[in-house]
Amino acid sequence: MSEKIICSISHVCKEFPGVKALDDVNFDVREGEIHAIVGENGAGKSTLMNILSGVYKPTSGKIIFDGKEVSPNAPIEASALGIAMIHQELSLSHTLSVAENIFQARQPKGRFGLIDKKKLYADSRALLDQVGLKDMDPSTLVRNINVSQQQQVEIAKALSQNARFLILDEPTSALTPNETKVLFEIMADLKKKGFTMLYISHKLDEIMSISDRITVLRDGKYIDTLVTKETTITEMISMMVGREYSGGYTRAHYMDDNDYAKAKPLMEVRNLSVKGKVEDVSFTLYEGEVLGLAGLVGAGRSEVLQAVFGADPRVSGQVFVNGVELTRKNTSEAIKHGIGLVPEGRKTQGLYLKFSVEDNMTIVWLNSTLKSLGLINSKSEAEHAQAYRERLRVKTPSLEQRIVNLSGGNQQKAIIARWLMNEPKILFLDEPTQGIDVGAKNEIYEIIDELAASGVSVVMVSSEMQENISLCDRIVVLYEGRITGTIRHSEANEKSIMALMSGQKQ
Amino acid sequence: MKENTANRSLWKRITSRSEFSIFVGLVVLCVLMSFLSEYFLKVSNIFNILNQISRYGIVSVGMALVIIAGGIDLSVGYVVGLTASLCAYFSSAMALPWFLVLPLTLLVGAVIGLVNGLLVTRVNLVPFIVTMAMGKILSGCTLLLTQGRPIKFQSSLAWLGKGYVGPIPVAVIVMLLTIVLGSIFAQKTLTGRNIYAIGNNERTAQLSGINVKSLKTLTYVITSTLCALCGVIVAGNLSSADATLGVGYETDTIAAVVIGGVAMSGGEGTIWGSLLGAAIIGILKNAFVLLRISAYWQSIVIGIVIIAAVTIDKLRTGSRKA
Repeated sequence: MSEKIICSISHVCKEFPGVKALDDVNFDVREGEIHAIVGENGAGKSTLMNILSGVYKPTSGKIIFDGKEVSPNAPIEASALGIAMIHQELSLSHTLSVAENIFQARQPKGRFGLIDKKKLYADSRALLDQVGLKDMDPSTLVRNINVSQQQQVEIAKALSQNARFLILDEPTSALTPNETKVLFEIMADLKKKGFTMLYISHKLDEIMSISDRITVLRDGKYIDTLVTKETTITEMISMMVGREYSGGYTRAHYMDDNDYAKAKPLMEVRNLSVKGKVEDVSFTLYEGEVLGLAGLVGAGRSEVLQAVFGADPRVSGQVFVNGVELTRKNTSEAIKHGIGLVPEGRKTQGLYLKFSVEDNMTIVWLNSTLKSLGLINSKSEAEHAQAYRERLRVKTPSLEQRIVNLSGGNQQKAIIARWLMNEPKILFLDEPTQGIDVGAKNEIYEIIDELAASGVSVVMVSSEMQENISLCDRIVVLYEGRITGTIRHSEANEKSIMALMSGQKQ
Repeated sequence: MKENTANRSLWKRITSRSEFSIFVGLVVLCVLMSFLSEYFLKVSNIFNILNQISRYGIVSVGMALVIIAGGIDLSVGYVVGLTASLCAYFSSAMALPWFLVLPLTLLVGAVIGLVNGLLVTRVNLVPFIVTMAMGKILSGCTLLLTQGRPIKFQSSLAWLGKGYVGPIPVAVIVMLLTIVLGSIFAQKTLTGRNIYAIGNNERTAQLSGINVKSLKTLTYVITSTLCALCGVIVAGNLSSADATLGVGYETDTIAAVVIGGVAMSGGEGTIWGSLLGAAIIGILKNAFVLLRISAYWQSIVIGIVIIAAVTIDKLRTGSRKA
């Protein structure tokens, strides 16, 4: 690693409507180093990478690359500068061969403008050798190779564009430990050859083993750059979470030892496994409890909820509600036992976009009160919807309004109303405040608080650390599909949760 | 979709519906035709038109349900052809009485729909391909059964196809009944609402506790059963059946459904809108006869009307979102 600075990020700010994603970020990347970027969800890592790779333009500030000020306007301009991004979600075409992917839209042309296959394969061969795929035939279709190999092909593709500066966004999130080792060997090899790499990851132990220096971001602000050899995971975590918990929402009462001693177990999950996502997860949910499932993106939080709810197949495990086992493994059985699920991704799983607000709210209630050929009583349907519209303060011009025209917060309240109308005993909330404004967030906190006070049990998944701390009586932390620990409200703070979330066992 | 105490005026509610523009189109067409041809408004001609549209009017009720649930059924014409021929075969070669022929024929229709539905929902095949292939299979079956010749038959079932109640053809009554029942089913029952929900978003529907696979299958069963009913009517009308009956029904019914305001992406539209769509197509066909215009122009004009209807609907929903 030389002392030469290849990329200098100076006073970079990026604002989105209502959010300051990056706030005066300043740091240097040296040529030939592996430079890790760490921070919580929402710290600004992805925004920064998207600016470097030309997806976003900074609102203000400069990027100096190789001595010149640059402002790539598109990924293609960034790649002309030698910057390439390896995305978390791989972008290869599955129906094309490895070689065609590496040289996508730049295949060597032979006579008559046809693709020169011989040269294509020979050039690909050389690149594949560099990324540790010595045995791979360049004509293999991408859909026939595994995720880790796809990642290596992505890197080969970057190298083919003469990239010298690679940005790797969570490259190990889909890899097994062995595959991760292979990737790290390739990275070490590329480093020797003088490549510079920016490495984004949530996995702090991996960062300790592969990086030279670490830059910490928090809430869009630059915190510090550490030399890996001279720091510890604990120090990193404390910098990532930084601020002590200040204000926010506070419930009137959290369950203490006394309450837990008296509490009645309502739902029990035993040894739940979901293929490739969740491993042997067991926990008990008590009556009137708000239980958080914490973990990083991909830790298996949503998958636990979906499997318990019967929406996704589980490999093994049992679910009991009030001592009765749910065996049919479908959603209607879970609903009959009083479970409700507000899923993550309003548009993809939550809303009926062509339905009115009213039809969105009443669907579950109708299904549990009517027989299949039962006639819908429009008047009582409208009355029910109106009652819950008032109770949850859903702001809409009328109940007949199409739900797609409402704000995110009001859409979310309508979905919550859908379940409350069914008077659930257990409510699963998956990222209930994602993408909604502060006011609506607080209203949702109040709803959760009221539900718990009335004896309803809530299981919440949230990527916002503060929500877990301020709402949950207990937090179960998952790491790579397994439970790493359980924290009570009294002991919950960002450091204790973050440590478990990064795979440090309790 | 339903009444509400909200202070939106009734007029605005009516005009904002997609069926309204179709209805206006239908009225304009009728007025125009009444000037162009003195026969057009004669009672006999009107019943003639209704009689003609009754066939695909009945099938389009099922087609609308399938499309609302997010599917498509290209086998309808061949189900009509096969069931019409079976009805003739049962009545003539096997000499079965009408009260056996009718349920048997309907049962064959239901089973075909069940196979379509199971292939789509349990084997996860694309409905376009499944029903197209099913059409091919059925068309071959019909040819084997009829040996390519018309099967003549005598049965009191023929009443469904050529009988009259007063001045009204029985087939028209059957169509109107189907549409009324279909509308109640779709708009008013829980299952109907769930079918719309599935067409909106299958995953959301599953998470709401709706049995997505069974209900999607049900839409195919209903469609094929209605095709069988239609098969009995067309065979009865001619007292004879051959393999050509039902040809082209898939395009006519899909056209009626789409002109009637059902989105091909599913989740919205109404059953009675399809009646309006079927009426527009029926009147256009009738017009070409009355005005003695070459039938070759028919399909050109119907094609243009379909594109116009879909375009108008697109512009209308586009402006509503803004």
